[in-house]
Amino acid sequence: MSGAGVRTVVTGLGVAAPNGCGVEAYWAAVRKGTSGIGRVSRFDPAQYPARLAGEITDFVAEDHLPGRLLPQTDRMTRIALASADWALADAGVDPRNLPEYGMGVITASSSGGFEFGQRELRALWSKGGRHVSAYQSFAWFYAVNSGQISIRNGMRGPSGVVVSDQAGGLDALAQARRQIRKGTGLVMSGAVDASICPWGWVAQMASGRLSTSEDPERAYLPFDAAARGHVPGEGGALLVLEDLEHARARQARTPYGEIAGYGSAMDPRPGSGRPPTLVRAIELALADAGAAPEDIDVVFADAAAVPALDRIEAEAVSRVFGPRGVPVTAPKTMTGRLYSGAAPLDVAAALLALRDQVIPPSVGVTPDPGYALDLVVGAERAAPVRSALVVARGHGGFNSALVVRAVRT
Amino acid sequence: MSAHEFTVADLKRILREGAGADEGVDLDGDILDTDFESLGYDSLAMLETGSRIEREFGVTLDDEVLTEAETPRALIEAVNHVVVRSGAV
Repeated sequence: MSGAGVRTVVTGLGVAAPNGCGVEAYWAAVRKGTSGIGRVSRFDPAQYPARLAGEITDFVAEDHLPGRLLPQTDRMTRIALASADWALADAGVDPRNLPEYGMGVITASSSGGFEFGQRELRALWSKGGRHVSAYQSFAWFYAVNSGQISIRNGMRGPSGVVVSDQAGGLDALAQARRQIRKGTGLVMSGAVDASICPWGWVAQMASGRLSTSEDPERAYLPFDAAARGHVPGEGGALLVLEDLEHARARQARTPYGEIAGYGSAMDPRPGSGRPPTLVRAIELALADAGAAPEDIDVVFADAAAVPALDRIEAEAVSRVFGPRGVPVTAPKTMTGRLYSGAAPLDVAAALLALRDQVIPPSVGVTPDPGYALDLVVGAERAAPVRSALVVARGHGGFNSALVVRAVRT
Repeated sequence: MSAHEFTVADLKRILREGAGADEGVDLDGDILDTDFESLGYDSLAMLETGSRIEREFGVTLDDEVLTEAETPRALIEAVNHVVVRSGAV
């Protein structure tokens, strides 16, 4: 199969976010502008300069997973397994009824199972190697979410993991689309990250990009003159991607939308004097979708909230779409940055924006007019939404962009 | 170190703590002659179980003890053989 003419559609969503678990809970919160950012509760953050996070507070692993899986899974994997279950249910798929080699799993990960790893490293350091769990051999590992989802659901087709920080969430969806074009009927894709534990926290602080604000409403302010870094969060989204013909053959629900285009580009090395490549990633995604800039109805921004990075993103958007030429939003202002989970969650929001013809707001932000962005702030905006562009950047120079589009029938 | 024999109650507790329990299995029932595979425990679960037994009872188990003991009864006998030999009781 050449892949030409194969269209990749999204038939199921599984969402776990700090402001709501489950698609509808998350989407209702986002539309209302309800934030999930607050003081870290999973450990005492008093001794650290950054103290706010987007934590998932309504997820009880025991309610979702069998007892045999609990001792061998990190928090991120538990949330991922539940999200995968929700996505399959939403898609109306019982994987037991589909050929096991016709279903794949491709997720992204930015840090692996930090909390599990912290516990086992502490045991190694304080008590010795005999006290380290046998499950540490994979529970921390970047590919563990893909592996556990695959095992639990008998999805034994093309599988893997993409590690490119926050851009990975889009890169995984693109890789899933490649596998669908090569003939796999269904791929579970997206990402869930969770590393709000002391070890994960100091690792994130090393980026120098964490907000040290104590005010949940003024801590994470992309495109604001007061931007001072981001608030980290946990969660993400898993999506059921299918070949449109595969979805039709099993009489699936009406797809949320189509993965219509994707592009990625690496920034040049620092000090090279060459310009950043985010514009290139966006242009590649539009070209891949066969879309002109005026076809895009909303941009879901990466929204770093680091002034130099906000500048690069604002200039890229203005260059492609013209100054204030397209509505831009960053619902991640309500969740914090979820690393590899962020972009799939944005893709879910974009697909729901297509469904409900509404652009969700960014919260807390007073847009700096110098960025020349039409930022949707304060309240949601009713608007025709047929195509959306999602942008994600990863630490180290990764730039990715993805176009989702309503399925033309 | 623990100064008692390795019992089925110890094994059930260690299995639960280290590897969890399969919902479809009644660990409190008569499991002595049910093989570990049927109880839902794979080789990694047995590795973790063996490691916990070693820690708690202060013994070292040869790899064969875990791979050859297919049932709780066989494992308990094999472990106690080592426990007695090592003078832990």
